[in-house]
Amino acid sequence: MATTVIPFGPQHPVLPEPVHLDLVVEDERVLEARPSIGFVHRGLEKLAETKDFVEFTYVAERICGICSFIHAQTYCQAIESLLHVAVPPRAAYLRTIWGELSRIHSHLLWLGLMADAMGFESLFMHSWRVREKVLDLIEATTGGRVIFGSCKIGGVRRDIDAEAGASILRELEGMEADLHRITKVFLDDSSVKSRLCGVGVLTTAQARDLGCVGPTLRASGVAQDTRQEGYAAFGDIRVEPVTRTAGDSYARCAVRCEELFQSVDIIRRAFARLPGGPVEVKVTGNPSGEVIARTEQPRGEVIYHLKATGTKFLQRFRVRTPTFANLPALLSVLPGCELADVPVLILTIDPCISCTER
Amino acid sequence: MGAELIEVIPWETLRERVAARRGQGCRLVQISATRLGSQVELTYSFDLSGWLDHLRVVLPGPETRLPSITGIYGCAVLYENEIKDLFGVEVDGLALDFHGNFYRTRVPRPFGNVATECVFVPPRGGAAVPPTPEN
Repeated sequence: MATTVIPFGPQHPVLPEPVHLDLVVEDERVLEARPSIGFVHRGLEKLAETKDFVEFTYVAERICGICSFIHAQTYCQAIESLLHVAVPPRAAYLRTIWGELSRIHSHLLWLGLMADAMGFESLFMHSWRVREKVLDLIEATTGGRVIFGSCKIGGVRRDIDAEAGASILRELEGMEADLHRITKVFLDDSSVKSRLCGVGVLTTAQARDLGCVGPTLRASGVAQDTRQEGYAAFGDIRVEPVTRTAGDSYARCAVRCEELFQSVDIIRRAFARLPGGPVEVKVTGNPSGEVIARTEQPRGEVIYHLKATGTKFLQRFRVRTPTFANLPALLSVLPGCELADVPVLILTIDPCISCTER
Repeated sequence: MGAELIEVIPWETLRERVAARRGQGCRLVQISATRLGSQVELTYSFDLSGWLDHLRVVLPGPETRLPSITGIYGCAVLYENEIKDLFGVEVDGLALDFHGNFYRTRVPRPFGNVATECVFVPPRGGAAVPPTPEN
């Protein structure tokens, strides 16, 4: 049978951001997928040569519009490591709380997009309705909805007082009930299962070999979560990685669903142990040396590689985002799939192209 | 996080050392490049059960071609194309070569040898002013 090449993207209803795939298909079956990215490359790594390291915190936060806070946090942690600065314990806890709120809103965004890709419009709307509540909490505590501007080198810019903390915990109660209702549909509904179960299977060995990270890796049975390294408040608040073993799209969805509740639990534990004291320390001097920092973003492990020579400009600023690490897995699961499953498979790695392109 | 333990190795032994990491069951975490004058320094990071470990090679000049590790770690194909596009490093044995079209950068090889390779493209309708630290 003759083969056809179908261009998929860069503009496509299922793609929130531009990525292009040339799909070589035979009838309705995909034989090969040839990727093409680079449509929104912004040269942010190069920008580090002309923005000083303090100012660059704002640039780092803008690498992604979803995991913005954790980008800023990772950058600040890397600079603090070079400057041998220890942030106050309260700041570490506040970073953890905002980081987990980011994870909840990112996972809810993904669940909504996945429901939309499957044509389950009401589920999409419910997912984003709950996400809106998280954004309200973030706005109430930081003043921003997706760009928080709260992380700085040496700590955080804002505090969460006891009254606001109690309000967040009350809101989480109601939100948790909503999350139970939504995730029950994702995990139990027969139409969702028929689209996700057995689709795009990545074995444990494949996930390791392809360098997968985050929920994509954990859904294939690898219990690895960078939060176990103990950065921010994770030294006190231990995290057990959420894993599944099936390695299919359903398993990746199930991991994200369970991580929603894990994040709610982490926020509760963080508030319960939130220490008093200042939220920032004064930082002086210029960074010198080299550091490779990593944290766990909603999509997985992010790597920051910084080199500094004692001036206010970094010699090298390099970011490896989780989507960059998960792209080979996407290209691996597409061959052999049905053309109708391509949108679901693309979404299943939770791609963030603006992150990837930097 | 902190002072990184990076083992510097001769670039000729790169494939052999990376293959050994693969044999140990390491996950390739990243490949990062840094321009040091005419040299390019490459850092290969691996993860084994949550521990990071790095190998470093320094390519002495533009005439040295980087040996591809895509035969060992298939996922390295994206990193190597990125290094080729941004740093102008030629890669030997690349499994899938985008021929410089992986990223669509306005300035070709933005991390290349700036003195000889950087091309300034003036803004549309604007004067062709060469870039300075101020602009």
